[in-house]
Amino acid sequence: MNDLTPDRDERVANLKGMGCSRKRVEDVRFTQGKGNYVDDVKLPGMLHSDFVRSPYAHARIKSINIDAAMALDGVVAVLTAKDLEPLGLHWMPTLAGDKQMVLADGKVLFQGQEVAFVVAKDRYIAADAVELVEVEYEELPVIVDPFKSLESDVVLREDLDPTADGAHGPRKHHNHIFTWEVGDEKATNEVLDEAEVVAEDMFYYHRTHPCPLETCGSVASMDKVNGKLTLWGTFQAPHVVRTVASLLSGIEEHNIRVISPDIGGGFGNKVGVYPGYVCSIVASIVTGKPVKWIEDRMENLMSTAFARDYWMKGKISATKEGKITSVHCHVTADHGAFDACADPTKFPAGFMNICTGSYDIPVAYLGVDGVYTNKAPGGVSYRCSFRVTEAVYFIERMIEVLAIELNMDPAELRRINFIKKEQFPYKAALGWEYDSGDYHTAWDKALKAVDYDGLRAEQAQRVEDFKAGKTRKLMGIGLSFFTEIVGAGPVKNCDILGMGMFDSCEIRIHPTGSAIARLGTISQGQGHATTFAQILASEIGISADSITIEEGDTDTAPYGLGTYGSRSTPVAGAATAMAGRKIRAKAQMIAAYLLEVHDDDVEFDVDRFVVKGAPERFKTMKEIAYAAYNQAIPGVEPGLEAVSYYDPPNMTYPFGAYVCVMDIDVDTGVPDIRRFYALDDCGTRINPMVIEGQVHGGLTEALAVALGQEIAYDDMGNVKTGTLMDFFLPTAWETPNYETDYTVTPSPHHPIGAKGVGESPHVGGVPCFSNAVNDAFKAFGLRHTQMPHDHWRIWKTANGLGLHD
Amino acid sequence: MIPAKFEYYRPTDLAGVISILEEHGDDARVVAGGHSLIPMMKLRMADVPHLIDIQDVEGLSGISVSDGTVTIGAMTTQAELIDSADLTAAAPILREAALQIADPQVRYMGTIGGNVANGDPGNDMPGLMQCLDASFTLFGPDGERKVPARDFYEAAYMTEREDEEILTAISFAVPNGGYAYEKQKRKIGDYATAAAAVQLVMEGGNCTFASIAMTNLSDTPIWSEAAADALTGTSLDGAAVDAAVEAMLGDIDPTEDNRGPIEFKRHAAATILRRAIARAASRA
Repeated sequence: MNDLTPDRDERVANLKGMGCSRKRVEDVRFTQGKGNYVDDVKLPGMLHSDFVRSPYAHARIKSINIDAAMALDGVVAVLTAKDLEPLGLHWMPTLAGDKQMVLADGKVLFQGQEVAFVVAKDRYIAADAVELVEVEYEELPVIVDPFKSLESDVVLREDLDPTADGAHGPRKHHNHIFTWEVGDEKATNEVLDEAEVVAEDMFYYHRTHPCPLETCGSVASMDKVNGKLTLWGTFQAPHVVRTVASLLSGIEEHNIRVISPDIGGGFGNKVGVYPGYVCSIVASIVTGKPVKWIEDRMENLMSTAFARDYWMKGKISATKEGKITSVHCHVTADHGAFDACADPTKFPAGFMNICTGSYDIPVAYLGVDGVYTNKAPGGVSYRCSFRVTEAVYFIERMIEVLAIELNMDPAELRRINFIKKEQFPYKAALGWEYDSGDYHTAWDKALKAVDYDGLRAEQAQRVEDFKAGKTRKLMGIGLSFFTEIVGAGPVKNCDILGMGMFDSCEIRIHPTGSAIARLGTISQGQGHATTFAQILASEIGISADSITIEEGDTDTAPYGLGTYGSRSTPVAGAATAMAGRKIRAKAQMIAAYLLEVHDDDVEFDVDRFVVKGAPERFKTMKEIAYAAYNQAIPGVEPGLEAVSYYDPPNMTYPFGAYVCVMDIDVDTGVPDIRRFYALDDCGTRINPMVIEGQVHGGLTEALAVALGQEIAYDDMGNVKTGTLMDFFLPTAWETPNYETDYTVTPSPHHPIGAKGVGESPHVGGVPCFSNAVNDAFKAFGLRHTQMPHDHWRIWKTANGLGLHD
Repeated sequence: MIPAKFEYYRPTDLAGVISILEEHGDDARVVAGGHSLIPMMKLRMADVPHLIDIQDVEGLSGISVSDGTVTIGAMTTQAELIDSADLTAAAPILREAALQIADPQVRYMGTIGGNVANGDPGNDMPGLMQCLDASFTLFGPDGERKVPARDFYEAAYMTEREDEEILTAISFAVPNGGYAYEKQKRKIGDYATAAAAVQLVMEGGNCTFASIAMTNLSDTPIWSEAAADALTGTSLDGAAVDAAVEAMLGDIDPTEDNRGPIEFKRHAAATILRRAIARAASRA
C-alpha cells in the first residue's frame, strides 16, 4: 500500500531543513535587481521631499524665510518647527528616554541637523527649493570633545532643566546625560590596590557609522477617506514604529499600517525613528497626498545614527602568574546632541557590562557617563548587540596590555583565565548569566589551525631582520576571543519604551501541504526567508521550498520587536520552532485518527507520522494537512495553524576565537592582512552557507572599522568624512581571504539550541585586527595605539617609536 | 545629490562645441566621461548651466603610435588605454597608471582627456603626462594650439585652457628605458596619498635620462626637474637616490587632509619615489 521510497535519507534531503546549506531564496530577486525597496514605492500623486540642513554644529536660529522657496513652481509646502508645534511633533521622544528635535526649534546642535522640510511635486524641485529657504543663524561655541563638554559653561541642551534628573537618574552637569554603574567599585578598588600586577590604559573606540548600502527613507500615505495611514520605511522594527507613530500622532494603532519592504542593510542604522519619517507623515496628513522622503549618502553619514564614540579607561589586576583578579572600567560616552541610543530602556549603555569578556574575573566595576556634544545623535549597535563591540574591544585590548605588563604570551594569558566548561551556566561579576560555552576547546583548535607557535617564531625572526635592516615590514599576530550576548531578550529585564522584547511567529499550513509563516522580525539581508523556512521544515516536515516566510507588514505579521542585536534567531527563531511544535502536536492527533491508532502510537519521522514499529503505516504531512481541512475529525477543529509568542528565559552567548596575521609597511603605514582565521560557535547551525556569509560580512565591516572607517569632526563640528571618498567602505579589493571554522555548543535554553551569528564576526573581528596592528609594534615598546588604524596613524605610531630614524 | 537645472547639448562636431562655449563662456562646461564633473554638479559644488556632452563628436577618440609619437584622442577611456596593445608596447607606464585609477566601472567611462583637462590635483594622468613631457592639443575659435603638459597646470582646477577651448588630444614621444607608476592610496577609488611617475634610461650602468613627476602632493602635479637631474649621470647609487628624493621634497607642497598630516605625506612621497625609481631601474 504505502510506498517506502524515497528512503529516509532522501526525504531528509528533500526537506532542506536545519543543517543544510540551502541557497538563499531572496537572492533570485536581489541579484537580478528585482528587489522592492522603499525608493521603489511609487504611488499616484506622490510628492517628494528634501531637508534644509544646518551648516553649523551649534547656532541659534534667528529667522527662517520660506517665501522664495514657496514661490518656486511645484513647491507644495515648507514645514518648520512652528508648523509641527501645534501637533506636538516638533520634538519627539528618543528610544533612550530623551527627546529630540524633529525640526530645529530655536537652535541647531549638530551639522546636518534638520531645519526645514520641503515638499514638492518632484525630487528636483524639492532640491532647488532647499537652496531658496533663507535661514539666519547666529553661531554659538562648538563642543566636540566630551571631556571638555563636562567642563564647559556652554549649555548645549537649553530645553532641559539642569537640576532635574534625566531618564537614567541624576545629571552632574548641564551637558551630562546619565551615570550608569554596575558591579562593586569599592571591592574592585581594594583588589586593585593590593594586586601584584596592575595594567591600565585608555582605549578610544572612535565614532563610526553603519552605512548600509540603502540609505534611510519613508513613504507616508494618509487616506483621508478611511482614516488610514500607510507608512513604508526602512524600519528594522516596524511594529515598534507603528506603536510609536500611534502614540505620537493619536491615530489609533489599527488605522496605521507600517510596511518594511526589502531593506538594503541595516546594521543598527535603521532601528531608531528619524525626523524624515515624522515629517513625511505630517506632510501626507497636511497635503492629503503620499509623501516620499529618501536621504542621500551624505545625509545618511552626517545625520543618522552613528555607532561607538566610547572613551574607555580601564584597569586590570592579576597575580604574578597571570590569574586575573579584577577589572575596572569607566566610560565617557559621547552621545552627541540628543541621547538617541537604541538600547533596551533599562540599559543606557546597552550590555557594556559584558566587559569582563570570556574570563573568570571575580570582581569588577563598570561606570558609564553619557555626555552631550555638538555631534549627530545615535549610538546604535552597528552590527553588534547593544554596545557589545565596545565591551569586547575593551577587554581584548586590556588583556593584551596586561600580557605586556606580565611579560606573558597573550594566548596563554587568555587560556588560564577562560571560564571553564564546567562553570556554565556562569554568573559573571557584572550580572550576566552565560548560558553555555567551551572556550578552551575553541581556543586550542584555533591556535593549532594557525600554528600559533610557528607564527610567533616567524615574528621573532622578523623583528631580528628588521633590526638588522633586512626588511621594512613588521609582522603582527592579532588574537581575540569574544563572548557575545545576544537575543534580547527576556521581557522581565529587556524592553524598549516599555515594549517587552519578545518575538513571534504565526504559521498557516495550506490544505495541499505548503505553508506560510509570518514573523515579527524583518530581514535586511540576513536571509530570513531561507533560514526560518529551514527551522520550520525540520519541525513540521514540510519542505523549506514549500514554505513562504513573510515579515515586515504590521497588518499581517504578528507583533514583534524586530531585527537587530542578533535577536532574530534566538527569539523569533525560537518562536518559529515553538509554533511549529504546536502544528506538529495537532498533526499527530490527525495522523493517529487517520491511521486508526492511539495518539501515542504514532511518532514523527522527517516528513510524516508513522505507526511505531510499522514504518509502512504512515501519513505524510501533506496528507495530514489535507485532512485537517477537509475531513471531519471528531473533537478536532478544522484547519492547521499555530502562533507562538516567545519570551526567552535568557540571552544566548555565542563565542569565537579569531587570529589575524598582518604585515605592516612601516614607511607607508600600509597593513596587509596575510591570513584571517575565524572560529565561531553559534550553537546549532541552521544553514552553514548563510553562517559563512554572515561571518565574511561581519569580518569585512570589522576590518573597515579597525583600519579606517570613522566619522571625524573638526573643531568647528564639521563632518570631515561625509562621502564615500573619505568614509571607508571596503570592496572586494580591500577584503582579505577568510578561513572559517566552528565548534558547536548548543544553547541549553533555546528550543533548537541556536545562538545567533550575524554580529559575532564584527564583535570579535574589530579587536582582532586592532590587536594585530598593536602586536606588530610590541617588540618596539608599544603598549597601545588608538583605532582607526589607517595608513597615517600606523605611520605615526611607527614614527613615534623611532622606526624612521 | 540632486544637481541644479542645466541645459544639455550634444553637438556632433567641434565647431558646434566651440559655438556653445563662445556663447556661454564659463557658464558652459564640456563633459567627457563625467566622473568628476557630474558628482560635483550633484553636490552642487559645480554650477554648470550649460553642459556639453561631446560623446557624439567625431574624431576625438583613438590611439595611434607612429613615427615615434603617441597620439591619444581626448575621449579615449582608461579602459581603452589598458586594452591597447600598441600603447602598452610603446609606453607601458600608461597601462600601469590607468590600472591604478578608480575601479573598472569608472575606467569604462572615465577618459584621459577629462582626467588631464579637469585640473584636479588628485588625478593621476596630469603628473604622468608631465613625466612624459606630453603636449595637449587645444581647439578653440582661433583654431588649434599645443600646450606642454608641464606648462598647463596653474592651480587646482585652473589650467591654461581658455573657456572657449576644448582639449582634443594628447601626444608625446615614445619613451625609452624603464618606467614605473607607483601609487599609495587608502582604498579602491581613492586619489593618491602620494604617487610618482618615473621614466629612466640606463646606459652602461649610468642613468642618461630621468624624468620624475609627483601626484596629489601640491595643488598641481609636480614635475621635479631637480629630482631628475640628481639621478642623471649617476649609477642610481644610494646617494643619488637620496639627492633625488631631497630635490623632490623641495618641490612638493602637500596639505593636510583625511589622508594624513603633511609630515606623513612627505615621508610617503619619499618612500613612493624610492620604490618607483627602483622599479623603473629594474626595467631600464
